[in-house]
Amino acid sequence: MDFEDTEAEAAFRAAVRAFIRGAGANFVPAPNATEAEIVGLARRWQAARADAGYAGFGLPESIGGRPGSMMEEIIFLQEQRQHPLAMVEIMTLGTGMALPTIIAHGRPDHLELVGRSTLRGDVVWCQLFSEPGAGSDLAGISTSAVADGDRWIVNGQKVWTSGAYYADWGLLLARTDASVPKHKGLTYFLLDMRSPGVLVRPLKQLGGRSEFNEVFLTDVSIPDRLRIGSVGAAWTVAMTTLSNERLALSGDAAVSRNLLAPLLRLAARTPSLDGRSLLEDSAFRERLASYHAAVAGVEHIAARISTAIARGGNPGAEATIGKMTLTRWLQSMATFGIELAGVAGAVVDPDADPDLYEVQQGFFLAPGYRMGGGTEEIGKNIIAERVLGLPPDIRVDKDVPFNHIGRGNTAEPRSPR
Amino acid sequence: MNLDFSEDQKAAADELRRVLADYPGLKSSRAALESRAAFDRTLWQRLGELGWLGAAIPRQHGGQELGLEMLCLVAGEIGRSMAAVPFGSSILIAAEAVKMAGTQGQQRAYLPALASGKSIGAFAVAESAGALAPQSMRASFDGGRLTGTKIAVSDGMIADLLIVLARRAGELGLFVIESSDAGVHREAQVGIDPSHAPAKIRFEAARAEPLSALAGWEGVRRLLDRAAVAVAFEQVGAADAALEMAAEYAKTRRAFGRLIGSFQVVKHKLADIFIAIELARANGFYAAWALQANDASLSLAAATARVSATEALERAARELIQVHGGIGVTWEHDCHLFYRRAQHFGVMLGSLREWQDRVAAQLQSANSGTRR
Repeated sequence: MDFEDTEAEAAFRAAVRAFIRGAGANFVPAPNATEAEIVGLARRWQAARADAGYAGFGLPESIGGRPGSMMEEIIFLQEQRQHPLAMVEIMTLGTGMALPTIIAHGRPDHLELVGRSTLRGDVVWCQLFSEPGAGSDLAGISTSAVADGDRWIVNGQKVWTSGAYYADWGLLLARTDASVPKHKGLTYFLLDMRSPGVLVRPLKQLGGRSEFNEVFLTDVSIPDRLRIGSVGAAWTVAMTTLSNERLALSGDAAVSRNLLAPLLRLAARTPSLDGRSLLEDSAFRERLASYHAAVAGVEHIAARISTAIARGGNPGAEATIGKMTLTRWLQSMATFGIELAGVAGAVVDPDADPDLYEVQQGFFLAPGYRMGGGTEEIGKNIIAERVLGLPPDIRVDKDVPFNHIGRGNTAEPRSPR
Repeated sequence: MNLDFSEDQKAAADELRRVLADYPGLKSSRAALESRAAFDRTLWQRLGELGWLGAAIPRQHGGQELGLEMLCLVAGEIGRSMAAVPFGSSILIAAEAVKMAGTQGQQRAYLPALASGKSIGAFAVAESAGALAPQSMRASFDGGRLTGTKIAVSDGMIADLLIVLARRAGELGLFVIESSDAGVHREAQVGIDPSHAPAKIRFEAARAEPLSALAGWEGVRRLLDRAAVAVAFEQVGAADAALEMAAEYAKTRRAFGRLIGSFQVVKHKLADIFIAIELARANGFYAAWALQANDASLSLAAATARVSATEALERAARELIQVHGGIGVTWEHDCHLFYRRAQHFGVMLGSLREWQDRVAAQLQSANSGTRR
C-alpha cells in the first residue's frame, strides 16, 4: 500500500496543477460577486477547461471529451478542490449525469445538440425528477405529457430543482400513460428551460437559504425528437441518471463540512459543569472520537474506491456509504455542539461566536443533506438488496395501474376495480 | 494512490481461508464453551507448520518475514473463521513484543517456538478493574525476579510464555517469564469468551528477563498500538462472519407470510452493520499502511481503527442475536459465540472508552499543535 501517484499520474497531476494555478486565477469570484456573476464565471471556467482538454472525463472525443482513465478525473477534482473556484459543482449535473444518460439511451442527434455545448459550459442542466407528491417513490410522479402530433404537452410541478433559474436544459421525467403500472407509464425528455410555460420559483429551505427551486410546467410543448428512449421506457433511463448521481455525490458534498475543528475550538473555551474545559469532559471526548472514526472511515473508503478505479475496477455499493455516514454525523454533532454552548447555543450570531455559528449552519443544512441524492432509507434498501442479497420488499402498487393508486397525501387509494 | 493489499497478499489470504475452512471455527469455539477443549490445538499446529503464525516473524527466527500488512490480513482471516486459537495473545502481542523489545538473543530464544506454534504467549497487564493506566501498575522487578498479581490474562492458562508489565526502579517496562517457573501461580477465571479463557496469575519472585528496548509507558503504548491494528482486522473479520450469518437467516426465515429479510426494519439494521464494517475496514487498511510504513499518523490511525472495529463488531454481534429472535438467545445456538467474542475483543487491549480518549487526545494535539 502507498499514497503515491504512479509516474503517469504524477505527471498528469503536475500539469493539472499548473493549469489550475495559472488559468484558474481568473475564475475566483470576488467576495461581493452576485450569484449571476458567479454562474457566469463557472461557465467560462468550464470553457477554459474544455479548451485545455480537461473537460468531459470518460466522455467521447467526438464531443470534446477525454476518454480514458477515471483516475485522471479524480486527480483533476482533487486539485480543483484546492482552489476557491466559482461554483464548479453546477457543471457536474451536465457532464456527470445528463451526458452519460444521453450517451447510453439517446440518439446521435441528441449528443450533437447538447454534447459539446455542455462540455464547454454554454449549456447548464437541471434535473426535473422529484415532485411534491413523489420523492423516494420517484416512479409515482404525476406530471403528465400528452401526445399532440409530433410534440408533447406537459403539465405538472417539479421540486428540489437545483439551479433551475440559470439552467438552459432540464432532464424531465413525465407520465405518458396513467393506465399502466407506475414504472411502465413514464417517458424521459430533454426540456429547453426557455420554453413558454416554464415558471421557476425559488424554494426557501428551513435554514433560510434558497438553494433549490420549484418548477411549474403549464402547457409546455416539447418536440418528440427530444424524447430519450422509447415511450414508457423512462425508468431504465432514469436509473442511469440516478446511478451517476450517486457516483457524483459519493466523493464530495458534505465531506467539506467537517465540524471537528470548530467543535474543538468551541470546547476549548467552554466550561463544563465542574468548571473545567469541555475538552476534558469524557462525554465530549468519546463523541469526538467516534465522529472522527466515521469521517476517517469515509475518507479511507474514498481512497479504496480510487484504488479500485486505478486498477481498472468500478466502485461498488460502498460509494453510497460516504453520504449517508457524513450527513447523519453532521446532524448529530451539530446538535451536540449547540448543546455544548448551553443556553448560549440558542443564539445565532456569526459575530458573537463564529465556531458556534459554523456548527449551527451544520444543524440547518444536515436535514437537507440527508435527503439529497436520495434519502438514506432508500440508500439502505439498496445496500440490503444489492449487496447483502436480501429479498425485495413486497410492493403493493407494483402491478396496479397508476390511476388506481393513492399517492402523496391522498388519504385513501381508489379501488382497483 | 493504492489503499488496498497487493494481489499476492490477497492470494495468500485466500489460501489461508481455504485452510481454515477445514477447521470449523464455531465448532472449536463451542468446544471451549462446553469446556471440552481450551482451544483447537490441531489447527494451531497446522497454522504453525504452514507458516501463518510466523507471517511477520523474521526468517532467521523461523518466520516467513512477510511484513505487518500480511500479519493484518492473516488476523482478518482468523477472526472471520471464529476459531478458538490464541492468535491475538501469542502472535499479535507476545511475538510482536519480543520482536520490538527483545535482544537478538531473546528473539532467537523465543520467536522460533512462537512461530511454529510449539509455544504460546500471553500478555499479563491489568492488575485491577478500570482503565489501563501507569498508576494502576504495581508489579515490580528486581534482581532478575518479578513479583505481583495480574488478572484477566487472556489465554493465560494455556500460555507457555508470559509478557508482563511491571516496574523496575519505579520505571515501567516489559518482562518475559516462562509459565513453568516455580514462582508462577495460575488460577483459571471464568471468561466472557471461553475461547480465550482468562487467568489470574500470581508471580512470587518469578524468574524474569527484561525486554529492554521498549521502555516506559510510551513503549507499552507502542506495543498496544501495533496490537490494536492487527486485532482490528480480527474484529472486522468476525463482524463479516456475523453479518453473513444474519443475512443468511433473514433470507430463509419466514414470518407474517414473508421472508423477514424483506422487511425494511431488518434491511436497515443489516445495512447499518454493513456501513459500520466498511468504515472499520477502511480505517484498518489505512492503519495497516501506517504500521508498515511506520508513519507519524500511526497512533491516531491505530486508535481510530480500534474504535471503529470495536463499534462494528459489537453492533454486528448484538444485532445478530436480535435478527434471530428467540432462537438466538439459546445456549445451543451459535449467536452468543459472536456476542462473547465481540465483548472480549472490546476490552482485551483496554476498553472502547480508553481508545476513544486516545483518539481525542491525538486530535487535540494535532489541532492545537501542543501535546497533551
